Amino acid sequence: MNKTNPLLQRLKFFRKREKNSEGWSEVTVADRSSEEMYRNRWQHDKVVRSTHGVNCTGSCSWKIFVKDGIVTWETQQTDYPTTGPDMPEFEPRGCPRGASFSWYLYSPLRVKYPYIRGKLLELWREAKREHQDPVKAWNSIVADKNKKLIYKSARGKGGMVRATWDEVSEIISASMLHTIKQNGPDRIIGFSPIPAMSMVSYAAGSRFLSLVGSPLLSFYDWYADLPPASPQIWGDQTDVPESSDWYNSSYLLVWGSNLPMTRTPDAHFMTEARYRGTKVVSISPDYAEFVRFADKWLPAKQGTDGALAMAMGHVILNEFYVKQSTPYFNEYSKKYTDFPFLVMLDEKDGAFTANRFLTAKDLGVDTNNAEWKTVLIDENSGELRIPNGTIGSRWGEEGKWNLEMVDTITGEEISPQLGLGTSADGQLTIKFPYFDDEGNTVVTRNIPYRTITTLNGETYRVTSVFDLMLAHYGVDAVNGSNYDDANTVYSPAWQEQITGVDRESVIQIAREFAQNAVDSKGRSMIIVGAGINHWYNSDTIYRSVLNLVLMTGCQGVNGGGWAHYVGQEKLRPAEGWANVAFARDWTMPPRQQNGTSFFYFATNQWRFESNPVDGHTSALVDGARYSHYADYNVMAARLGWLPSYPQFNKNSIEVAKEASEQGHNTPEGVASYVAQQLKDRKMQFAIEDPDAEVNHPKVMFVWRANLISSSGKGHEYFLKYLLGAHNGLLNDDSETIRPKEIKWHDKAAEGKLDLMVDIDFRMSGTAVYSDIVLPAATWYEKSDLSSTDMHPFIHPFNPAVAPLWESKSDWETFKTIAKTFSEMAENQFTEPQRDLVAVPLQHDTPDELSQPFGRILDWSKGEIDAIPGKTMPKFVVVERDYASVYKKMTALGPNIKDKPYGIKGINWSAAEEYELMKKVNGVVEEPGISEGCPKLVTDRHMAEAILSLSTTSNGKMAVRAWESLEQKTALKLKDLAEDRMEERFTFNEITTQPKTVITSPAFSGSEQHGRRYSPFTTNVERLIPYRTLTGRQHYFLDHEMLTEFGENMAIYKPTMKHAPFHTNKKRPATKGKEIVLNFMTPHSKWSIHSMYFDSLPMLTLFRGGPTIWVNKDDAADADIKDNDWIECFNQNGAVVARAVVTHRMPRGMAYMHHAQDRTINVPATDVTTTRGGTHNSPTRIHVKPTHMIGGYAQLSYGFNYYGPTGNQRDLYVVIRKLEEVNWLED
Amino acid sequence: MKIKAQIGMVMNLDKCIGCHTCSVTCKNTWTNRKGAEYMWFNNVETKPGIGYPKQWENQDKYKGGWELKKDGKLELRSGSRANRLKNIFHNPDQPTIDDYYEPWDYDYEKLQQSPELKHQPVARPKSQITGEYMNLEWGPNWEDDLAGVHESGYEDPNMKGIEESVRMEFEQVFMMYLPRICEHCINPACVSSCPSGAMYKREEDGIVLVDQNACRSWRFCVSSCPYKKVYFNWQTNKAEKCTLCFPRLEQGLPTICSETCVGRIRYLGVMLYDADKVEAAASVANEQDLYESQLDVFLDPNDPEVIAAARAANIPEDWIEHAQRSPIYKMVVDWKIALPLHPEYRTLPMVWYVPPLSPITNMVEGKGASATPEDIFPAIDDMRIPVQYLANLLTAGDTDVVTNVLKKMAVMRSHMRSRNLNKTPDLDILKQFGMTEKDTEEMYRLLAIAKYEDRFVIPSAHREEFADLYSEQGNCGFTNMMGGPGPCGG
Repeated sequence: MNKTNPLLQRLKFFRKREKNSEGWSEVTVADRSSEEMYRNRWQHDKVVRSTHGVNCTGSCSWKIFVKDGIVTWETQQTDYPTTGPDMPEFEPRGCPRGASFSWYLYSPLRVKYPYIRGKLLELWREAKREHQDPVKAWNSIVADKNKKLIYKSARGKGGMVRATWDEVSEIISASMLHTIKQNGPDRIIGFSPIPAMSMVSYAAGSRFLSLVGSPLLSFYDWYADLPPASPQIWGDQTDVPESSDWYNSSYLLVWGSNLPMTRTPDAHFMTEARYRGTKVVSISPDYAEFVRFADKWLPAKQGTDGALAMAMGHVILNEFYVKQSTPYFNEYSKKYTDFPFLVMLDEKDGAFTANRFLTAKDLGVDTNNAEWKTVLIDENSGELRIPNGTIGSRWGEEGKWNLEMVDTITGEEISPQLGLGTSADGQLTIKFPYFDDEGNTVVTRNIPYRTITTLNGETYRVTSVFDLMLAHYGVDAVNGSNYDDANTVYSPAWQEQITGVDRESVIQIAREFAQNAVDSKGRSMIIVGAGINHWYNSDTIYRSVLNLVLMTGCQGVNGGGWAHYVGQEKLRPAEGWANVAFARDWTMPPRQQNGTSFFYFATNQWRFESNPVDGHTSALVDGARYSHYADYNVMAARLGWLPSYPQFNKNSIEVAKEASEQGHNTPEGVASYVAQQLKDRKMQFAIEDPDAEVNHPKVMFVWRANLISSSGKGHEYFLKYLLGAHNGLLNDDSETIRPKEIKWHDKAAEGKLDLMVDIDFRMSGTAVYSDIVLPAATWYEKSDLSSTDMHPFIHPFNPAVAPLWESKSDWETFKTIAKTFSEMAENQFTEPQRDLVAVPLQHDTPDELSQPFGRILDWSKGEIDAIPGKTMPKFVVVERDYASVYKKMTALGPNIKDKPYGIKGINWSAAEEYELMKKVNGVVEEPGISEGCPKLVTDRHMAEAILSLSTTSNGKMAVRAWESLEQKTALKLKDLAEDRMEERFTFNEITTQPKTVITSPAFSGSEQHGRRYSPFTTNVERLIPYRTLTGRQHYFLDHEMLTEFGENMAIYKPTMKHAPFHTNKKRPATKGKEIVLNFMTPHSKWSIHSMYFDSLPMLTLFRGGPTIWVNKDDAADADIKDNDWIECFNQNGAVVARAVVTHRMPRGMAYMHHAQDRTINVPATDVTTTRGGTHNSPTRIHVKPTHMIGGYAQLSYGFNYYGPTGNQRDLYVVIRKLEEVNWLED
Repeated sequence: MKIKAQIGMVMNLDKCIGCHTCSVTCKNTWTNRKGAEYMWFNNVETKPGIGYPKQWENQDKYKGGWELKKDGKLELRSGSRANRLKNIFHNPDQPTIDDYYEPWDYDYEKLQQSPELKHQPVARPKSQITGEYMNLEWGPNWEDDLAGVHESGYEDPNMKGIEESVRMEFEQVFMMYLPRICEHCINPACVSSCPSGAMYKREEDGIVLVDQNACRSWRFCVSSCPYKKVYFNWQTNKAEKCTLCFPRLEQGLPTICSETCVGRIRYLGVMLYDADKVEAAASVANEQDLYESQLDVFLDPNDPEVIAAARAANIPEDWIEHAQRSPIYKMVVDWKIALPLHPEYRTLPMVWYVPPLSPITNMVEGKGASATPEDIFPAIDDMRIPVQYLANLLTAGDTDVVTNVLKKMAVMRSHMRSRNLNKTPDLDILKQFGMTEKDTEEMYRLLAIAKYEDRFVIPSAHREEFADLYSEQGNCGFTNMMGGPGPCGG
């Protein structure tokens, strides 16, 4: 780095230099000082560990580089705890989306100050001049139809003005207090998804709203990411292997899951597993990114995956169970699945159908919960036996809820018999429902049966689940199957016509998959994704796929089993979070509403059903109970299956007051008063009349989400009915199906919400349509926690810079609102209020045993008594002291030490930890309700409480939880955590390095001794029952609703194929050429939902705005060229985008990658009168009644656990070239 | 023997997931500023496709790299030095901004600040060069995942010779990703073409840089680089290019693109080579011999003679030791699974690529069950990516070399499958490829397990040789205070 005179440098081209290598190389003495420019750029002042709280499951730890007080760039951390010497590490987790986040901090898209709709601010200031009392001021606006119309119709059209935090806090608090007094706290709604990605930020709003008594909406089911098949089969929401466990697999079937795109930081475990000899097979309709890595590609037509899976199951049952018996599979099936359990057969017109599980009650055996104990045959004695571990043993007794193979009555050892085999009394003819594009029909098969006589002398004909499965799949129990018979449904030849995949490939892959499971003892894995999960019948698709891992003994084995990667998350410090997030430390129970039902009614999508339920039910039942999907939801609310908020057509505070005035003061007394009111129809559920103004949701908070432009399926319905904004809805409800259980108004309500508050750091589509936008701190400006199921670590967010401009962290934002709200509440209420909360029958509680035999008995029809908590929801009175909400929010309440603490039906004491929190966080000194409680004043306090109060992050808690489960199961378990008993994670520790969680009964696998997490391994190895009816993994579900829909077992159901327009009345005129395609909205490569879609780096890397992918020949049919502007529409609405034309897509379907925000580069459509909408403009959700079941074993409600999914994939759109590009600059 | 040390890179395309994280982290660190908006020191292309800038591989158009004259002498394709001087004020072979893309931004502020309108406000794209609204027609990754490639794919120069047999149809669709940085060539055309002598190849590590003080904006480097990896900053009027993150390498840290690669496809290490052999290696007559001739330039770091020569050439001891552990050497020389990008450009590039395996089954063929139950890996000859295509990219068209690499990879997989399932491996098949069990398992570990320390084997720079660090220790960072430019030993 010697220097020469720069002047001489200029002449160098003409000057001889020292040469060597025959003149080919030369060494010059040149000035290299310009290298300093790059060295200076690299130098920085500090590196801060943080991450991105975006709605994805990456949970990647990042290095945030700060130079001169500016966040300049970010790169991935590489210091995760090791996976061991023989595996790839997790480093460096991250993706281009996360790597470009720092763009947002200083970008012109940043929300820097509070904003409010100008029209509303004018009205507010005018009202405040008239009324001293802010609540009265708010009332004067929302009680006036004209005033409401002024600001609601302005939503989304600009005109936002800057406001102060003080003023917007007052408006928000006034709207809330008004709503509570007028209609009840259940009319205030909170929406924020995926807490694991930033737990404290989620908890900020949910804690505040739970103290108020306002419902939080679920998201996992609403996003249609929840696979209902998981609770159906396992009684578990979703539990999947961490991505490194793919490396343990020796056969990977990747089914509709685009790993490189949607699991970017994890994909390497798949590419690397190949080098270890793992075969990778991809199933995808298009040549997707993940297909590039596969050894074989099965290009099944979109939505036909169920047919492919049924045929694979057919091959496996035939070759590995019937033609030859496979010891490994047999043992597994007997121990861990419902294959051996007996099912009663019903006779009708000479043919039989499967009815329901045989129980101890049927046999007349006198035992605890006899209706809930299922029966099998012991192969040694041939006798009927009731084994340990059924759900009947889970509640009300101890020591019998385990998978030990003993008779639960006698304690004798038993060996379950797989099928009836030699103990059959003969064969009979059985009918199964069948569905294809022609409609619903019946398949007839033979099945062995046995006649049994009960203690009471009754006789039943029964068969086993195994025999039912063989018969259903079309595999003869003796002769096996002929694969080439296309008339045998579910055979490889049959599926060929549906999926387009040749039968030989299906046979080969099924055989290899199963053989690999034999060779590796269960290390065959199926990675499933959104490609097969977002359909109306995704649960039947999933069940047919998941059956393959059950049949082959792969579930509960490292390297094997299902791996569902669709919007799943894992909030690892679960108990601590659930307690503080829903303010359970102060009040119970919180209101938790299933999102899909809420939006279905709130956005009036229910008014547009034109495809009656009857077309989708089993040919073996007399018909559907109702024609209208919404009627099923009303029934579900009534029977306590699903929550339903807004709750009643009467203020819930008034209800409690009236009960008291009528002299009902005990909990039971109030509950039966409410039941009677409902029975007498003196009071109704709000969803029985969603259009009545009294039943509308009034105030909504959205944070950490982009509801309007990303997850609002049925976007135009949201705009029209929820917001009352300008919209492009082309649908018409004048001739749709009319419900029976709901009051119909010919004129639907529009603009239901009085106030929409959005909290965000960027001006997203939701912000543009909200009334108030609050400036949020970005993820590099606050403290929080992150975890996922893709890896086993917990790691933090740390502020790299202070919150910029006037932004606040979500925690500080809700604290600010809570403070104003509490102060204002003092003038509104003289005393604490009593709130009547209706609660559905809950999963993992004795409520699971409410409605035996899966029979539907409706008290409103006089079929059974109206018994709160049994045949209908529970009714609980909760005290709300609105003036002390802020104090409660900022202190850890005494329930932690005083009430049983726990998760998944297991309880233990957290009293010690409560005392500990006083030392860790300090104690509240101000007098009042929270005096002496541990502080929860800062986001760091919240984080410490979450870590200390959870079993995965506090070894002592873990051991206590295991001890409690030991008691329940009489199994030895606590050794799973004892070696880490002394560990308690602190925020500083995880800032130093991410930490691997402690093995806990909150989840079903083990991380002990560096083991990679795989679900259900503690069930398999430690004999903990699955949280299901039989305690085993279910092939068969016997609820009456599932029988109605023909879904007792996995089955192929074709997609719904909703035509673009159900009536041609509102069909825009045809102009030029057009094509009709199946409209899909898969995840995007260039954004995480709408996040990053609006950022310059990501827009630059792909085409700068909304795009729709179509096949080149489809495009040619409509004269569309690559990059042409196109419009895409159906009755639900229209969207404008650029065409991406390619040969990578098959014909017949279009991809509009999910959540391309309508705020970027969107011109007008021809078919509506306004700007193009979002990817959700052409969508509308379709609720499935089988997802509404409750009160029955594993089919019981849990928040984000069970409930109808907001699926939107079975739709078709019209696509044509946009004639003229109009930017609507006015 | 004129021994030199050079940092080389290998990218395993078989693991590349096409995520572009490398591009983004590189851009944020190095080119996120005015004048550099359109520059991607690191970019990723979907292949087939014409890439960034458009058709960069078409040297008939851009005249990049070297060509062999009839007399066997090597000359820049852009012509003789005199010829370049003649065109010094007008270089017809320059890519235009439209060949890259016109960088844009959006009027985002409209979303907060619009007065009330009749319709929802929207942020529209505006040129970062003119500030005018613009119609987006090309970008740095326009062909992502085969977007529009049913047409542009035929313009990909690598389709040469297979245009007729390979159609851009769903049934024949294939795809791979090609991440690209500067090749830091051993025989760099950019350096040779610079009339100002502003470009240089660093003595200590082979990194090719532009001296920002000396650059006189002639831009011959831009056209002469056959990889189009030298860019022109329209703000400073200087050429700029990938620096191989030398400020990090000097500290023993991998480049940004390597460390942040979530596909874990990148490897960095030291290669020793003989500068005396360079001209001959770049001048072999047959293009398909260039791969082997470049291999001949590399020196065996375990050879005592090489070690002695390296010491004599003042190559530090730890550099020699790092060269002996170099993952690049293993993949390039020992196992021969990594290949150079377009050796026919005769620049002796130093970023090498492991070619991708790809789904092999032809969906319309429906062949069904595999030949033998053990052999569940389909044959290389059935590969979805045409071998000729890979050969055009990596071996000047020689398919045998590519096939051999892919077979080695497949055999390694098969061998490891036996290990994984406790079956007896077939050692004979390894022998056929000149591989031992130990080699194969070592190769597996480097490709699959690939720990950070195994991927990046980088010695730190020895600044003590170049500056008085005894005094710099206290002065470091006090720019200008001591009267001189630059901190710390500059």
